[in-house]
Amino acid sequence: MEWETVIGLEVHAQLATKSKIFSGSSTAFGAEPNTQASALDLAMPGTLPVPNEQAFRYAIMFGLAIDAEIEKASIFDRKNYFYPDLPKAYQTTQLDKPIVGPGHVEIELADGSKKSIRIHHAHLEEDAGKSLHEGDFEQGMSGIDLNRAGTPLVEIVSEPDISNSAEAVAFAKKLHSIVTSLGICDGEMSQGSMRFDVNISVRKPGAELGTRTETKNLNSFRFMEDAIALEVERQIDLIEDGGRIIQETRLYNGDTKQARSMRSKEEANDYRYFPCPDLLPVVLDDDYIESIRQTLPELPDAKHDRFMEQYGLSSYDANILSGDAHMAQFFETAAKTSGETKLTANWIIGEVSARLNTEDLSIKHCPVSAEQLAGMVARITDGTISSKMAKQVFEGMWNGEGDADTIIDAKGLKQVSDSGAIEALVDEVIANSDKQVENYRNTDESKRPKMLGYFVGQIMKASKGQANPKQVNEVLLKKLNELL
Amino acid sequence: MTDSIMNNPRIDDTTMHNKTIADIIAGLDAGEFTSVEITQHYLNRIKQLDSSYNSYITINEESALAQAKAADKRRAEGDAPAFCGVPIAHKDIFCTNGVRTSCGSKMLDNFVPPYNATVVENFANAGAVILGKTNMDEFAMGSSNETSFYGPVKNPWDTNTVPGGSSGGSAAAVAAQLAPGATATDTGGSIRQPAALCGVTGLKPTYGRVSRWGMIAFASSLDQGGPMARTAEDCALMLNVMASFDPKDSTSIDQAVPDYTDNLNQPLKGLKIGVPKEYFEEGLNPGTEQAVRAALAEFEKQGATLVNISLPHSKLAVPAYYVIAPAEASSNLSRFDGVRYGHRCEDPKDLRDMYMRTRAEGFGDEVKRRILVGAYCLSAGYYDAYYRKAQQARRLIKQDFVDAFEQVDVIMGPTSPSPAFEFGSKGDDPVAMYLEDIYTIATNLAGLPGMSVPCGLVDNKPVGLQIIGNYFDESRMLNAAHQFQQTTAWHQQAPAGIALKGKDVGGAK
Repeated sequence: MEWETVIGLEVHAQLATKSKIFSGSSTAFGAEPNTQASALDLAMPGTLPVPNEQAFRYAIMFGLAIDAEIEKASIFDRKNYFYPDLPKAYQTTQLDKPIVGPGHVEIELADGSKKSIRIHHAHLEEDAGKSLHEGDFEQGMSGIDLNRAGTPLVEIVSEPDISNSAEAVAFAKKLHSIVTSLGICDGEMSQGSMRFDVNISVRKPGAELGTRTETKNLNSFRFMEDAIALEVERQIDLIEDGGRIIQETRLYNGDTKQARSMRSKEEANDYRYFPCPDLLPVVLDDDYIESIRQTLPELPDAKHDRFMEQYGLSSYDANILSGDAHMAQFFETAAKTSGETKLTANWIIGEVSARLNTEDLSIKHCPVSAEQLAGMVARITDGTISSKMAKQVFEGMWNGEGDADTIIDAKGLKQVSDSGAIEALVDEVIANSDKQVENYRNTDESKRPKMLGYFVGQIMKASKGQANPKQVNEVLLKKLNELL
Repeated sequence: MTDSIMNNPRIDDTTMHNKTIADIIAGLDAGEFTSVEITQHYLNRIKQLDSSYNSYITINEESALAQAKAADKRRAEGDAPAFCGVPIAHKDIFCTNGVRTSCGSKMLDNFVPPYNATVVENFANAGAVILGKTNMDEFAMGSSNETSFYGPVKNPWDTNTVPGGSSGGSAAAVAAQLAPGATATDTGGSIRQPAALCGVTGLKPTYGRVSRWGMIAFASSLDQGGPMARTAEDCALMLNVMASFDPKDSTSIDQAVPDYTDNLNQPLKGLKIGVPKEYFEEGLNPGTEQAVRAALAEFEKQGATLVNISLPHSKLAVPAYYVIAPAEASSNLSRFDGVRYGHRCEDPKDLRDMYMRTRAEGFGDEVKRRILVGAYCLSAGYYDAYYRKAQQARRLIKQDFVDAFEQVDVIMGPTSPSPAFEFGSKGDDPVAMYLEDIYTIATNLAGLPGMSVPCGLVDNKPVGLQIIGNYFDESRMLNAAHQFQQTTAWHQQAPAGIALKGKDVGGAK
């Protein structure tokens, strides 16, 4: 049986403003609980909100980046519900007139083709605080931390244009790439700077849309991918077993890789939305919007094309390196410093990314700086070290042992480039490999290059890995050919 | 009574409290008395007389005297701002740093704000002395002051009758001369109606003229702070201090504040007064109508012209208001949940229990009624029928006034349909109570300024004349009111029984 999956995303991105959306409190992450909560953040009586202009600028930047209409008289609404970490018992958000209207985002599919995902709208709203259930509390009590309460969010709502988890991830990564390139969100997923709610339904091709469920608050691409796969499978199994999907909100646990129902539509709050009477419509003029357009930095798509052209990268490599603003900056700095783009790109996509992944770090927190990486690449290029040695150097840099030259000196990793010494090594190996030399001579010329591996391996071994492989190859070929 | 309290020849305890704010400023300027002396005089009166009226929730004896002392020092140093040493009272809806601000509710009985409302700050900067916090209907919801957690305020003219509401404490305090002026707030008539019922002058400014920061919200799109005093001139002096553009209030309007005393003495010749026929229809007490008509005749005598006008959507005002105001209130009052401050029930067994009992215990019946009505009007499936319809009605009401002000300079009529009524007489019928504000509510919906000025007595109960001005035209309203008070004496009438009894009252030290 064929099933079609229909997915729409709601993405919350915390805006990188210094202060909150309606108060002057700091938005910095990680402070002691409630040290960044003013009277307004605590919803003390009589306090009133004043919109943060920077939050508007950021939302407008996002709107312009996705080619959307900017609403010139956007309105804040109140979404009313009781929860201890929501101090006013309503969230100030935008329902009918959001700041960013319909737009679209291009994603690249696995086969290299492009797909456009429509954005329904994006609106500004305030984040809630956090409930703390673990800590030094009296029996049966929970703590409330309001540091996050009032942090500005832009909520990006897609149309249900996404057909599978791979597209969902590509879309989410693209949004991550856009907001970090714009500098409007730090993109730190582990700190909750970007969170995804996924609406999923399945249907037979051509049939009407099925009943959807919403899986909320996914904070990594991997969790999102897994949660979608799990939910699609659950829905198909349920329907095929004669069951019926009920509209509900679900929670996915990334540790157990399981999801559970949080509440059904019947249990859902009636949020009693209405326009917030404390805030007037935010009226913008064309000049203002235009002035923001002038400040837009290079966007990921443009950067991707430039990387291909300027650095001769493949589309695949350019995609990886332009996807994250910090990654792109790291690459460009390293490439310019080393003067070696392809090798630099390979190292970043290969070793650096792998290591960051293993240690769950973002490129922003990479212990090896772009300059350090460039220094190492330069030593590979000038033949000082081999690629193999470079891995040891990289390890040393990662562990904070200094830059490439320091480590090369300290570990005695210079490769032997003395032609006399290399000739001696080659001669020695040839002298001890009568059988292999004989084979080489008797083999058809076209198959000879494949036989070089044995000799090179022996020579490198004899040199304890320090011989310059390029020189070894040259000398070896010359000497073997002399024997023909 | 010939001998003055504490044998201070400068304080005549039979006339001191008769002084207007303008008189007090002049007296302080001239050195006739000090701020400490007059402040002590008012504190004495409050202590001795307020048990009859219950107009104060909190009396700031110590801090008032300290402020008075500081004011006297500033004045001696030649650095006296506008209200330097002038005692006034704040409605207990304005947050006062370090002083309990209850909003008339058990919910906030223990609430001490760590900040001042902008209005409070403005008066502090102007050097005013704050005698205390005045009683009010709970969360400003009421027209009789019967909903206060601290008990009803009694009308000094007849203590069996209500003072009006919700600023009944401020109105009664000014009427009983327990403060020369008091701040108040008006969401649907809460300054003007009690001013009318207590025979004082009260002014609700244009929406956005006075900052709402630190003023506990009832219905944010309607709430507006304003002054109450014995004369229009005093209201002008107070408004000079209260009005400001406040960047902390997004609905505050960035427009220069004029000196509201500048135009007080303009003659009224040529003033066009609109008299809306809808304000003189069924339901208006004949005695009230007579007093208001007489006042209008007085204006004609001064050279003003009466123009019959119509505000055709007036009938929509009360129903629209009783959707919009409760809707906003239901959301504004949701923050009182027992989590961070204010009342919290004992030993909640879980979160839901805490919410339910905290709010059941902390709020009175009228507040609960409005929260329920408001939540209902905003509910899915009812929003269009109620809230959206009410907003449409609001636009029509506003347009009525915009059209009217193309023909006239001010609009006049009764402030409330009848004089003060007895306690409990409307207790069982919320709609009858809501009709108390039938003439005042429309101006809040339109955002216009309005005043109430004493204009007569019916059975020895005061009657208020309402003056409605165009947007930001408070000066013209005050001018009309002041000129009226130059040729009439209704504002000088005082209720019986407000004189100090006995001669052994302590005084300034």
